Amino acid sequence: MSEQSANTDYESASSNLNETVAEFEDTRKGLIGKLQHVLHVNPALVPLIVLVASIILFGMLVGQRFFSPFAMTLILQQVQIVGIVAAAQSLVILTAGIDLSVGAIMVLSSVVMGQMVFSYGIPVELAILCGLLVGLICGVMNGWLVAYMKLPPFIVTLGMWQIVLASNFLYSANQTIRSQDIEDTAPLLQVFGTKFQVGGATLTLGVIFMLALVFTLSYALKHTAWGRHVYAVGDDPDAAELSGVNVKGTLMSVYILSGLICAFAGWAMVGRIGSISPTVGQLANIESITAVVIGGISLFGGRGSILGALFGALIVGVFTLGLRLMGADAQWTFLLIGLLIIAAVAVDQWIRKVSA
Amino acid sequence: MEAILKGRNLVKRYGKVTALDHCDFDLYPGEILAVIGDNGAGKSTLIKAVSGAVVPDAGDVWLEGKKIQFTSPIQAREHGIETVYQTLAMSPALSIADNMFMGRELRKPGFMGKYLRKLDRAAMEKFARDKLTELGLMTIQNINQAVETLSGGQRQGVAVARAAAFGSKVIILDEPTAALGVKESRKVLELIQDVKSRGIPIILISHNMPHVFEVADRIHVHRLGKRLCVIDPKDHSMSDAVAYMTGAKEPEQTAAA
Repeated sequence: MSEQSANTDYESASSNLNETVAEFEDTRKGLIGKLQHVLHVNPALVPLIVLVASIILFGMLVGQRFFSPFAMTLILQQVQIVGIVAAAQSLVILTAGIDLSVGAIMVLSSVVMGQMVFSYGIPVELAILCGLLVGLICGVMNGWLVAYMKLPPFIVTLGMWQIVLASNFLYSANQTIRSQDIEDTAPLLQVFGTKFQVGGATLTLGVIFMLALVFTLSYALKHTAWGRHVYAVGDDPDAAELSGVNVKGTLMSVYILSGLICAFAGWAMVGRIGSISPTVGQLANIESITAVVIGGISLFGGRGSILGALFGALIVGVFTLGLRLMGADAQWTFLLIGLLIIAAVAVDQWIRKVSA
Repeated sequence: MEAILKGRNLVKRYGKVTALDHCDFDLYPGEILAVIGDNGAGKSTLIKAVSGAVVPDAGDVWLEGKKIQFTSPIQAREHGIETVYQTLAMSPALSIADNMFMGRELRKPGFMGKYLRKLDRAAMEKFARDKLTELGLMTIQNINQAVETLSGGQRQGVAVARAAAFGSKVIILDEPTAALGVKESRKVLELIQDVKSRGIPIILISHNMPHVFEVADRIHVHRLGKRLCVIDPKDHSMSDAVAYMTGAKEPEQTAAA
């Protein structure tokens, strides 16, 4: 027993010191420090500020033509497909993955829907179901390869992108189904193009679907156990596993959902462009990743909000329309988007220093 | 007295390396059992074998007299065995409350919880706050702050609080003070005593002899993949313990088993 008290003696020397445990003076306070903290807590705030600022900027530069309900809702219509795909991409990126096959899945799903109706004469409702099923199956394959075969998501989806795209060309024999034919025989395929007039604004069902999807996913990510698990898996999969999260199941659900959402994007795309063509949507994967990154979701997983991805898609839309109305060369859009991407990642790194 | 957690003849091989060589293990109700041993002696494998993280090649484990066979830590957890890993197993970007309830979230009652699967955040936050207060972790102000904004000692505190809150039968602590300063270690040791006073037995794996001798009721000395001896810290000195675990000295006989 004397041994024991002797052992603890060296610590008793410090026992009557002040009781605060490793408290550091926060020297970073002040306006910048507070801003950093607020952004750390609300990651979607940066893209929202950029979005509002760019709307005001273009509003001043272009004037009435831009700052009208018509132009504002036109932007929504133009970004609806990218917005839907970006929702799928956000889920995957939150788990520290990436999905390069989103665009290909989207196109294949729309082509399957068209072929079912026009080549096999299947009722349109069933054809749409088949298209959605194809997207789901692609998601299952991605998910299985990532979760169970433990292959890197980048490689899996790079491969799937090629496979799905090639299947799409082979299956459709490169044929386009004309808008007029769809309108006559299977108008349900174009249902997402249905327009509503609200004042001077024009909304389509596709736009409403995009907004509803983002808000539903935002709720699920924030307020359900599944959502918390998506973040935990992206943050640290080993820690998540040890604390009782079904990591494989969560990854599967995310990739399957991503495939299904892409199939819906394919359906919405028919509504947007009218026809069904195997050659459209080639850039959807890059555009969706752009929206997600500008939206402040970390490519390393576990951080960010899906609302940010929507804001990211809208920022791209605002720049595209704004610059076009100013009569600028389209390349300026790409140049500015490139700058935004780099700036977004820089801001992400800065915000994260709060934790260092 | 019947051991609450008992292992007999446990064997685990990794290729040609035998990490556990017919090892026995006993944990009695209400005690703090320290497991010490040199690096590579197989301490971690032993603990993983009784907590489900590793499936032993041979041997049996009993919990409260019933034979059990865990294939994952989650199964062990469902039986009331909680482990605080050295890496803490926490998601840095998520809040304290989120981390405490990871994998066992509470849902709101009624329609919102049943059909919209909405989490009962208020209840989880209250529970987390109560548990942290109970264990004297009052310095944590905001239960919604991200774990990455906490200090090392606070993180350890949260991890121990999580285990104490849900571990009904056994709590395993793997090197809980290894990464901490003097003051923070003291807090964690107090926390361990506190958990013990609730009657939950604890397995403590540590390299820190003063800490082991301060809190442990019995010390399991692990050497070359098996239990060399179990000693009583009141009858042995720290240098004896170090001599046993490094092989510099042989124990007289199996004392205080």
